[in-house]
Amino acid sequence: MNDDLPRHMRPDRSFQGLILALQRYWADWGCVILQPYDMEVGAGTFHPATTLRSLGPRPWNAAYVQPSRRPKDGRYGENPNRLQHYYQLQVILKPSPDDLQELYLQSLRAIGIDPKLHDIRFVEDDWESPTLGAWGLGWECWCDGMEVSQFTYFQQVAGFECAPVSGELTYGLERLAMYVQGVENVFELNFNGREGEEKVTYGDIFLQAEQEYSRHNFEYADTDMLFAQFKMAESACRKYLEAGWKPLPYPPQHAEGGEEVGNRGRHLMVLPAYDQCIKASHIFNLLDARGVISVTERQSYILRVRELAKACGEAWLATEGGGA
Amino acid sequence: MPDLLLELFSEEIPARMQARAADDLRRLVTGRLVDAGLLYEGAKAFVTPRRLALSVHGLPARQADVHEEKKGPRVGAPEAAIAGFVKAAGLKSIGEARVQADKKGDFYVAVIEKPGRPAIEVIGEILPDVIGNFSWPKSMRWGTRSKEPGALNWVRPLHSILATFGPETEEPDIVPFKIDGIAAGNVTRGHRFMAPDRIAVRRLADYMQKLDRAKVVLDPERRRDIILAEAKNLAFAQGLELIEDDGLLAEVAGLVEWPVVLTGSFDPGFLHIPPEMIRATIRNNQKCFVLRDPAHAKLADKFILVANIEAEDGGKAILAGNEHVIRARLADAKFFYETDAKTPLEARLEKFKDIVFHEKLGTQWERIERIERLAAELAPLVGADVEKARRAARLCKADLLTEAVGEFPELQGVMGKYYAEEQGEDEAVAHAIEDHYKPQGPDDFVPSEPVSVAVALADKIDTLAGFWAVGEKPTGSKDPFALRRAALGAIRVILDNELRLRLIPLLVDHFGVIAGLDLAIHATATHTQTRKMDHRVKPGDDSRGVDDLLVFLADRLKVQLREQGARHDLVDAVFALEGQDDLVLIVRRVEALGKFLDTEDGKNLLAGYKRATSIIRIEEKRDDRAYKGAPDPKLYELTEEETLAREIQLAKEIAARAIEMEDFEAAMRPMARLRHSVDAFFDKVTVNVEDRGLRENRLRLLNEIRAATRAVADFSRIEG
Repeated sequence: MNDDLPRHMRPDRSFQGLILALQRYWADWGCVILQPYDMEVGAGTFHPATTLRSLGPRPWNAAYVQPSRRPKDGRYGENPNRLQHYYQLQVILKPSPDDLQELYLQSLRAIGIDPKLHDIRFVEDDWESPTLGAWGLGWECWCDGMEVSQFTYFQQVAGFECAPVSGELTYGLERLAMYVQGVENVFELNFNGREGEEKVTYGDIFLQAEQEYSRHNFEYADTDMLFAQFKMAESACRKYLEAGWKPLPYPPQHAEGGEEVGNRGRHLMVLPAYDQCIKASHIFNLLDARGVISVTERQSYILRVRELAKACGEAWLATEGGGA
Repeated sequence: MPDLLLELFSEEIPARMQARAADDLRRLVTGRLVDAGLLYEGAKAFVTPRRLALSVHGLPARQADVHEEKKGPRVGAPEAAIAGFVKAAGLKSIGEARVQADKKGDFYVAVIEKPGRPAIEVIGEILPDVIGNFSWPKSMRWGTRSKEPGALNWVRPLHSILATFGPETEEPDIVPFKIDGIAAGNVTRGHRFMAPDRIAVRRLADYMQKLDRAKVVLDPERRRDIILAEAKNLAFAQGLELIEDDGLLAEVAGLVEWPVVLTGSFDPGFLHIPPEMIRATIRNNQKCFVLRDPAHAKLADKFILVANIEAEDGGKAILAGNEHVIRARLADAKFFYETDAKTPLEARLEKFKDIVFHEKLGTQWERIERIERLAAELAPLVGADVEKARRAARLCKADLLTEAVGEFPELQGVMGKYYAEEQGEDEAVAHAIEDHYKPQGPDDFVPSEPVSVAVALADKIDTLAGFWAVGEKPTGSKDPFALRRAALGAIRVILDNELRLRLIPLLVDHFGVIAGLDLAIHATATHTQTRKMDHRVKPGDDSRGVDDLLVFLADRLKVQLREQGARHDLVDAVFALEGQDDLVLIVRRVEALGKFLDTEDGKNLLAGYKRATSIIRIEEKRDDRAYKGAPDPKLYELTEEETLAREIQLAKEIAARAIEMEDFEAAMRPMARLRHSVDAFFDKVTVNVEDRGLRENRLRLLNEIRAATRAVADFSRIEG
C-alpha cells in the first residue's frame, strides 16, 4: 500500500480510494482501464470487454469497474450485506499469465491486505454462466474466511472454446471495502474517505436507491411491458445479427446435398446485436425477481438468452476484434 | 535399490479431488512400472492443495535382460516357411538360427537376446504418458499454450514437475522428460506465503523434511490428525467438546498445507437461532467447526477455525476477520429465521401452485394434496391421529419456500419443524415435518412416532408411485430422483415399525389418484403455464405399474435382507409365493424358514419335500403338463397311500390354523412329520405304473405335499 497517500485516499478508509488503488495497480501492470459499460448487467462478465474480447486469438488486458444489478438480491436496504445494485471490479487478461495468482496477491497488498498477516485461501469454485453459455475453473479467494474475489480461467464462452484461455478476476468491491474498513453494514462504508461533515457514506448515496428498486423489482416492475421488451430485444438481436453478416466476394459454397454453407464472411454489427442480448438477460432477471416465471419456463428463458449469446459469439469471431 | 520421487506442483487442487487423485497417480504409475517389468517394493502417494506427490521405492536400476528361444521349422522345410520364420523372429538370415535335434530330426531355433533398458529411461517415458492422460473430474487449459491443440489438461495450471530416481546412497538423477513445456527437475517450493523459495530435493526423506521446514505437511493424514488433536485440545481447554465432522475435517485438511488451529467466538445472542442453522452457517460457508457445551448439551458460542498460516501477529487479524464474517453470516441467518417465522407455513402453500414438481406429475401443490390424502389413509393403519397426519402432510413441504431452506437446502424439514413449533402446531405435527424425509441413508434415523410414520410413508409412496406411473424408473446406475433411496426408506419405515400393510390395494388406490387428478385445479396456474392433458397418465393403465413397483420393492427388500445375512434362496422362496405385499409378514416367513431349516425337523421337511416333488417335476416335464387337483381316494390301492393322504390332510389343517396365527414354524412342523410316510410311500408304491389313471392319481397325491408347503414358501427354490 502506498503510505504517502493522503488519509482520505487510502484504500482502508475510502471506498473510492480502494477502487482507485486497484485500478492504479492494474493500469501499472499493463491493463487498459475501461469505464463501466453503459447498460444494465448482472455482472462484470457481461461487459463486451469480457464476453466478446475473451473470444478469439488476440491478446487483451483490461480492467474496469462494472455496476452490477441483481434484482432478486434487493432487500429494501434492510439487510447489511445484500444489495440489488453493487460494484464489481473486473480484470480480464488474455492469455492468462503464468503468474496470475501472484499478480492477484500483489493487488491485495496494494489495498493493504498483507498475506503474511491474513489467511488467504483459494477455495474451489467452478464458474458457469448458463445464460452466456460459458464456463471456467477457478476459485473463490478467501481472506480470513471472507470471499473477496472470484478467480476464473475461462474455458468456454458463448459456446466457443477459449483459445487462448483468459484469466478473469472479479473483486466484490463492497465486501472488500467492508473488510478493510472494518465495517459491519455496507451502508456505513465511508465512500469518500473524509470525516465529519465532509464524510459521504455508501448509504448516503445508495440506501434510497436500494429501497426504491427493491419495491420496483419485487412489486411494481411492469411485467406486461417486460414480457414484451424481452421479445423485442430477442428479435432485434436476431435481426441485427442477420443483417450484419457480409457475404464473401466469391459465390456461396454448397455442401454435397446442395445446402448453402460457408459464405458468412465478416460480421459488421455484432456489438449492437450483443447489446440486445444483454438487455434480454436483464429483463429476464427482472421478470424472475417478480416471480412470474415458473421453474420450467425459467430454463427456457435461460436457453433463449444463451442462444443469442452464442450467435453473438459466432458473429464476434468473424470480426476484426475476434481475430478474423 | 533405487527409489523414484515425483511431485506435480500446481495451483490449488480442489479439496474434494485430492484423495482420489493421489490414489490414481499411485495406481497408474505403479501399474505401468510393473507392465514394464520394473517391480517395486512399495509406493505411497501424498497430496496437499498445491502438490500431488508419489514415492516408489525398491525399484531395479534396469529392466531384466530377456532371453527367448523361438522354435522354427525343420531343416529342409519349404523356403516360404523358413523365410516367414526369419522375418517373425527378426533374424537377418537363417544362418543366425541355431539347429537343434529332436526325435523327428533337426529344426531351427532362433535365440533372441533383448537387453533390459535402464529403469530411468523407461520411467522417463511412463511419467509424461501418465500425466498427459491423467483424468480429473474436471480439467482445464491455461496460458499461452492453451491455444495449441493437444495442450496439457490439468486440474489447475501445473507449474513444475519434480522427478528424481536413484539409490539411497548416491545423488539421484533427474528423470529426463518434458511435458507441455515443463521439464522435470529436482526443485519444488515451500508454503506459498511462509517459505515461497525454491528448494532442491534428492529423495523422499529429505523432500518431506525440507517441506516440513518450509511449512508444508505433505501427508494429508498427518494434517488431519494435527487438526483433530488441536481442535479437541482447544475445545477441552475451554471446557467444551468438539462436534466432530469427518467430512469437514477431510475438506479442511485439503485446504491447508500448514494447519494452524484457532478458536473464536460469536455473540451468544445468536444461540436462539436453531442450532442446525448455526452449524450449517459456520460449516458450509466458513468451513469451521462448532463446539458443544457438555454441561447443557447445547451449542456453545465458540467455533474452531483452521488457518493455513502462522501469522506474524499470532493470528489476531485472522481471528478478527473470521469472527466478523461469522457475525455477518449469523446475522443473515437470524434475519432469515425471523423473517420466515413471520409467515405462517400454510400461507406459503398457495405459491406451490406455480411450482412444477415434475412436468408429468404436476405442481408441488398437487403433490402435497396427494401426500395429504395418502397420509390420511395411512393414519388409521399406523395408529396415527388422522387430523394430525393430514395437518403434518399439508405443512411438510412448506419450508421449501423459506429463506432459510433456500440458503441451506440440507435443512429442509428441520426448519419446518422449528417454524411449526413457533406457530404453535402440535408436537407430533412438528416432528413429522422434520422426520418425514427420513430415513435418508442406511445409518439414518427411522421415524417411529405414528404421525411421522404416516407422513414419511405417504411421501415416499407418492414419489415412487408417481415416477412409476409416468415411466421414470431408475435404470442401471441412473436414478436421478433417488427412487432407490425412497424405496429403501419406505421398507425400513414399514419393517422397523412392524407395520402390517397390504401394499397392493394401497398402491392401486394411489396410482388411481395420480392418474385421475382433477385437472380443474390447474386453472389457478399463472397465465405463463400451459400443460397438456396428454402428458399425464391416463387412468386404467396402472395395474402393470403396481406390479412392477412391487417387484422393485421386493428387489430392494431382498437386497436388504441379504445384507442382513438372510439366505438369498430363502428370500426367493418366499417371494415366489403370489400376492406377497405385506413386508413384515414376508420377513417373518424368511426368518421362520431360516430358523426351521436349521433344525432336525427342518431337514426332514426339506428331504421329504424333495423326494416327493422331484418325481412330479420330472413327470410334468416329460408330459408337458401340470399334475394338480385333489387325488381321488377311491383310487388308493395301498395303505401307504391312504396313510400319506390322511397325514397330508391333517398337516394341512394344522398348518392352515398356524398360518392364520402367523406362526410359520408351527405350520411347518406337521409337514416335517410327513417324512416318515413319504419314505414308506416310496418304499411300497410305484408311481409310474401302466394304468394312466392310477399314475395320475399318485402324482396328484404327491402334489398335495407341494401344495401344502406353499402355504409357507416355495420350497423348490430352496437349495441343499
